[in-house]
Amino acid sequence: MLYTENKPPEEVLESLKGEDNIFLLACNGCVEACQTGGQAGMLAVKDQLEEAGKKVTAAILVDFLCNKMLLWSRLAKEIKTIRESESILILSCGIGVQAVAKVVEKPVHPGLNTVSVGGLQGLWPSDERCEACGDCVLDYTGGICPITACTKSMLNGPCGGPNDGKCEIDAEKDCGWIKIYEHLKEIGRLDNLKKLYKTRNFEKMEPTADLRRNVFYDIEI
Amino acid sequence: MSKLQEALTANKFVVTSEVGPPKGVAVERYLEEAAALKERVTAFNVTDLQSAVMRFGSMATCRLLLDRGMEPVLQMTCRDRNRLALQSDLLSAYGLGVENVLCLTGDHQKLGDHPQAKGEPQEAHLFKMEKKIDAGAQFFQTQAVYDTEKFKAFMKKGSHLKAPILAGIVILKSVGMARFMNANVAGINVPEELIEELKKDKEKTKSGRTGVEIAARIIKEIKDYCQGIHLMPLGWDDKVPAILDGAGL
Repeated sequence: MLYTENKPPEEVLESLKGEDNIFLLACNGCVEACQTGGQAGMLAVKDQLEEAGKKVTAAILVDFLCNKMLLWSRLAKEIKTIRESESILILSCGIGVQAVAKVVEKPVHPGLNTVSVGGLQGLWPSDERCEACGDCVLDYTGGICPITACTKSMLNGPCGGPNDGKCEIDAEKDCGWIKIYEHLKEIGRLDNLKKLYKTRNFEKMEPTADLRRNVFYDIEI
Repeated sequence: MSKLQEALTANKFVVTSEVGPPKGVAVERYLEEAAALKERVTAFNVTDLQSAVMRFGSMATCRLLLDRGMEPVLQMTCRDRNRLALQSDLLSAYGLGVENVLCLTGDHQKLGDHPQAKGEPQEAHLFKMEKKIDAGAQFFQTQAVYDTEKFKAFMKKGSHLKAPILAGIVILKSVGMARFMNANVAGINVPEELIEELKKDKEKTKSGRTGVEIAARIIKEIKDYCQGIHLMPLGWDDKVPAILDGAGL
């Protein structure tokens, strides 16, 4: 059961500050109890963006953002539009957002928080993982998840441990924060690093009582 | 105001040292070693389960130092505490008279004796130091410095940072220790030239003179670039006076 929830609209708009041309990308993959992705979820967010005065350069639905071939072949058709957009707003779980960040050199913004991926078989054949923290930070970390890419799940930058870009516990493992730093540099968003992330709200990892009463949730679990 | 804060705000060059509590309860020897340096050191850091190895506690050791007339710097890592414990321990430390705290992420459990427990670029680190200052950090102590050119370059890049930086000094005891630290201690890199220097005269290295010379030389080279040094003698406390003499401090 994939459970995502919409980030508060004001949080999404804040993350899109200074960007007028937004490429909207939604996942149509896993069955959701919460109906945040898919056609309906995408159109609802498109309306919100347009109401806020943004230009939605394209609103694209992809069956599985975590399927590399599907994602590449679909985005390949949109290269021109993506180039003309300042960033990509993505409605999917954390894997989808990280998958897009990996193949497109544009800032990515998660539109959803991933609360649970319980039982989900991810299709993304790579290192990216989503811990379903319920409070997606991929927006400020350039689409690379610090909770799963950093061994210590640091939220405010690297610890003192990395050596030549590798993690202190494993010389074979890239330091997640050095990767984040390099990627933000590439997309011209180093200022993101100045944001102070205070404390994590672990309560957000629990599906709410409302969701657990939802009929879809019942069928899937 | 603590002596450390007083010295740092007065822009004095500050020397701090370190007490690493043992695995067990026999702390007395460590306190005596510290006491011998009392006149030459402003404050003593007390490490907190260093290298993620279970030991006698940092806070208790801080109090024992205070009882003997020494000023402690409580090291506190986030690794072994949740946010309740972190805040409660800070309050308790205050209650025991501890005025200085060094906040650390902590080495990963994998590096320690409980590996199953749950737990670059210089610019990336500078960003984080800025955030720490914004969050209220008033001083920094670094991991051991061996590459003085790299340190100087870092200090130039960080010249805008509005908090004093004390450079870490660890005495090199042997070739084996240098190699061990390179392989196992996070954030330390002993350059090959220094390892060669340790190899050259085995007797001299064994007696500690090579390590003392290297430490004194490093301090001399970097002292105009930072506001103090933080010594981590790791049992060689008796060599500290010779290092400070050699560095002209």
